[in-house]
Formats: sequence, structure tokens, C-alpha cells
Amino acid sequence: MTAGPAIEIRGLSTRFGSLLVHEDLDLEVRRGEVLALVGGSGSGKTTLLREIIMLLEPSGGSIRLLGDELAGIGEDAALRLRRRFGVLFQMGALFSSLTVLENVMVPLREHTGLPKEWLRELAALKMALAGLPAHAADKLPRQLSGGMLKRASLARALALDPELLFLDEPTAGLDPLSAGALDELVLQLKESLGLTIVMVTHDLDSLWRTTDRVAFLGERRVIGLAPMRELVQSPHPVIRDYFDCPRAQAAGVAYRAA
Amino acid sequence: MPGSARRGLQSASVTDQTRDTATATPPTLEIAGRTLRCAGDWTLDAGDRLARLRSAASAVSGIEVLDGSGITRLDTAGAMLLLQIAAARGAGGPGWQGLAAEDAALLDLVRERLAAGGERPAPAAPPSLVARLGERTWAHLEQVIGFLGFLGEAAVAAARLVRNPRRLRWQALLTAIEDAGSDALPIVGLLSFLIGVVVAYQGGQLLKTYGANIFIVDMVTLTMVREMAPLIVAIIVAGRTGSAYTAQIGTMQVTEEVDALRTIGIHPIDLLVLPKLTALLVALPLLTLFADVLSVFGGMLVAWWLLDLSLFDFAERIPAVLSWRSLLVGVGKAPVFALIIALVGCFQGFQVRGGADSVGRQTTVSVVQSIFLVIIVDAILVVNFGSWGLR
Repeated sequence: MTAGPAIEIRGLSTRFGSLLVHEDLDLEVRRGEVLALVGGSGSGKTTLLREIIMLLEPSGGSIRLLGDELAGIGEDAALRLRRRFGVLFQMGALFSSLTVLENVMVPLREHTGLPKEWLRELAALKMALAGLPAHAADKLPRQLSGGMLKRASLARALALDPELLFLDEPTAGLDPLSAGALDELVLQLKESLGLTIVMVTHDLDSLWRTTDRVAFLGERRVIGLAPMRELVQSPHPVIRDYFDCPRAQAAGVAYRAA
Repeated sequence: MPGSARRGLQSASVTDQTRDTATATPPTLEIAGRTLRCAGDWTLDAGDRLARLRSAASAVSGIEVLDGSGITRLDTAGAMLLLQIAAARGAGGPGWQGLAAEDAALLDLVRERLAAGGERPAPAAPPSLVARLGERTWAHLEQVIGFLGFLGEAAVAAARLVRNPRRLRWQALLTAIEDAGSDALPIVGLLSFLIGVVVAYQGGQLLKTYGANIFIVDMVTLTMVREMAPLIVAIIVAGRTGSAYTAQIGTMQVTEEVDALRTIGIHPIDLLVLPKLTALLVALPLLTLFADVLSVFGGMLVAWWLLDLSLFDFAERIPAVLSWRSLLVGVGKAPVFALIIALVGCFQGFQVRGGADSVGRQTTVSVVQSIFLVIIVDAILVVNFGSWGLR
């Protein structure tokens, strides 16, 4: 049995009024890979992510998510599809009135008819998978540090054992130690749970450490799609500019040496 | 489903339908001698069945081997259940056989992670009745003290402004007047007109039976101008504008905009409170006058229609009934109400801590408190107007 691509985007275009964000954009995400979307500010990375997770409808073109065409998808099919992916939002987006454990229980309770006691145990397991200590269960989101917040949000994204995980700037705002730990966690989850992961990130260390391939957005299209090692060699002027700055060079040197 | 057709998690869903329960293999447990055989899809989708299997498995004893060769799919929920079934069999637990490599890996991961997470501390016992009573009392006291402090700060800021009026933020003030005043005209006008109609209608029926039709003018004009119009306006503005003040300042508090103002050297009270306060002090009396006119007009129409009192006769009697003093008593209450609504609304905004739920809670508190205080203060004023010679 051969699995098709996790995500298949063909001829996508997005228009906000007179502003053209994407034009004839193609992208394919393979199953089981970690793919990063990068590009300068305003290149439409987050917009693309929002279109894939069905928060925004593209102006034209086709997106196939886990084999399902998103254009004209029915309510029921959309709901079934939503169960199969998890999203880690940039600011965590945990429900502020619920404790961490209750936050993780929300999707479980909504989509399964399991007894409450078991929901608790499952939610505790997801917290453990996301690397949260058990004593964080009864904390409210505002009592958590930045790194813990991301982990709690990740636990909620993992609640329904998704096949696909979307991460929007997972390491933004974290100290290097927490960011590194989160990178390791992403790799570990990919290995052990066989997840396909799509992330938007600016973190060069993450790009080198965690990704299998990187899609570079620019000029309203994907202008580069390759493993990091190859992408930095790209002759395309926009990509060169992005990776030529001293910060990018330093990160690249460190990882290529390793 | 034979083992050869098994699918790992990675490709758990090959076609669109594989996840649908219709095509999935339900999870089963089977006892064969000292072996407990697990088969089927042990995934969250089959949650109801898994829950039943768990209770069934707890009743079985004498198991030495767990056989997982029939498992077609396994996710973390299923893995946790398998571990629980194994753990219930005793300290060492029975051995596993026939597990696919990736399933065994998943079991290991879940086992390791559950152990790493540690024990969740027992939730603290709920506080006793006395403790809760104390906490609530203290919280209310803190609110009162906090409000007094805020009042002081606002007064100091206002004094600073009076000494140096050029510091007034005209832009913010004019926008606030527009939001709280002119934008509220339609709703204030409609509601006061309707209340005028209702009061005139209810009283008119009674006056008609006594043949005292002309006194409808006294009743409507005095009730509306002295009492109802200021109160209606205050309640509408508390719900419409006071709540908006709380929500705005509260959200700014959540997004640290208030802190940003402080670090830039702008006192949040100067920018966020004083323009709003001044705006309501201007807008509320004007809105009250507008409500006076519209409600009396509503009464006039009813008098004409129900009591055959012409609009002209009604209008002619108004000056005889309505003294300047009565008008001032009514409109004079408006600035007091404006103070209450603006100060409570802004204060509750600054009380927001944390996130969205707190904004909602404080907005509710803001509206309830300002309406409550408006009515209390109104009662106190009305009773005291007599002794101040303002009847």
C-alpha cells in the first residue's frame, strides 16, 4: 500500500482585495516528513498555513489534505478531517479559563464518548508526551512559562492522535534552552508517533536541526523546496539574501560542522 | 485482518475512508488458556469499545501471556489501555508476544513517558466554609480599597489637568464624546420615547376614569424629566459605553498595552480615563435633555390619541408644570451618573488579570456595579433633594 502525499497544493492563489499573496503556488508535503515554510515577512507563510488548516479559503486552486480536496468540502467531511490534524498556534491559544488538563481534554471530550476518568488519564498521557510534568495539570495557562505554554498547547494538538501536526512559530519567544528542547521534542514525536509535521518558523537552529525539507516562499510562489543543506546553496537571489545574513551563516556553519 | 495487512501509524490512513469506523476492525480481547489475545484496531476512534474492553479485562485472572499479534492499528490511547490491562495483572505483569516492532516501540514510549511525567499531586481539599467566607470578604474589601485608590489617582490626574488644561487630549476626548454621545442618540431616543408612551398610557387610563385628563401633562412631564429620563439614559450608557470602557482597558491590560504606556511615560489614567470621564460628563446631560424631549413627546402622542388632549394644549401646559428647578434636578443628576459609570467602567478594566475570561468577568461586574450604584445614588439624591429645598 503506497501512501499519497499528506498535503498536495496545486495552482493556489490568494488575493486580499488588490493584494495578491499567492499566485499559482504548488507544494507537496510527503508523509512522515518535517517540512518548514520559510520566507521573508509578508511572504504569506501564515496565510498558507491558515488555508491548509481550513481557517481561510483560498481564492483559487486546489489543496488536498490527507487525500481530501478542501474546495467545496462538506461540513461532515471537514469535521472528520479536523480530527486528523492538530495545530500549535503561535501564542499557544490555550483556553484561558481552563486548566492545562482541561484544555487537553477539550478535543477528547468533543470527539469521543469516553468516560470522564479515562479522558483524564488520556489527557495526562498527552501532557507526558509533550514533556509536561504532571504537577502542571491543574495550572491555568497564565501561570505557565513560555516553554510550558507551548508544550501544553502541543499536548492539546496531540490529543486525538493526529496524523498531521501544524506548528506556527513553535520556538518563537523561547529562550535557547527551551527552544532546543522543543526541537528535540518535535523530532522525537515525529520518530515515535510517525507524525507528518508542517511548521512555520524563522528559527534557523530549528530549520537545521528538525526539518527534512524546507519550502521557501517568495514572489508569491514556492521558489525553493529542498533539504536545508541544498537550499542554502540555491542561486536564487531572494533565497541567497535570506540565508546570507551573518546570523544565518553562523547557524549554518555550526550545523554543517556538527 | 491478517498480520501482513497491518498498517503502522505512519500510514494509518491510506485512503480517505480508512479512518471511518465503518471500514475499521473493532478491537477485541480473547482468552485462550493463559493467553489474552488482543486484536483489531486499538485506536481512539473505537473509544467506546475500548472502554468496555477495559472493564471486561479487569475481571479476567490467571493470564500469563498477552498476545498482540492480531492488532491491526495502535495509537497512544490504545497503547495506554494495553499497558493498563498488563499492569492490572500484577507487579511484573505478563509477558508480551507477537507485538509488531513499531507497536512495541509505541508501548515503550508511552510507558516511559507516563513514568517520566510523575504522579499528579492530589488536588487540594476544598477550603472550608469559613475560609471561603473570609476569602470572599477579603476580595470585596480589596476591591473597595482598590477603587478608593483609583479614585484618588483619577482625582490627582484631574487636578493636574485643570492646572494645565493644554494637556487635555482633545482627539481622544472628541472621539469619546462621539462614541458615547451622538452614536447613542438613536437608541436613547427610541427607548425614552417608548417609555414616555408606556407611562402616559398606564397613567392615562386611570386619569380618564376620574375625568382628570389634563393632569396627564403633570404626570408625564414630571416623572420623565425629574426621574425616568436621567435613569434610563444612565442605564443605557452603563450597558453601552461603561462595558466598552471595561472591555477596551481590560484587553489593553491583557496585551500589556497599559504597561507599554507607562514605560513610554504616559500615565494610563491621563490617556485612558480622563478623556472618557470628561466625555461622559459632557454627553450624559445632553443625552438626558434629548431623552426628556423624546419621552414627553411620546406622552403627548398618547394623550392626544387616548385622552383627546391636543398636542397644542399639552404643550401649552408644560411651562406651568415644569419649573426650572425640576429640570435642573433631572439634568443635574446626569453628571453624577456619568462619574459613576466612567470611573467604575475604567476601574474594572484595570482589574483585569490574565486572559479573555477575566475581561468577560470584569465587564459583567462593571455593568452590574454601575447600574447598582446609579440607582442607589439616585435614591439618596431624591430623598435629600427635599431637605436641600430642591423639591
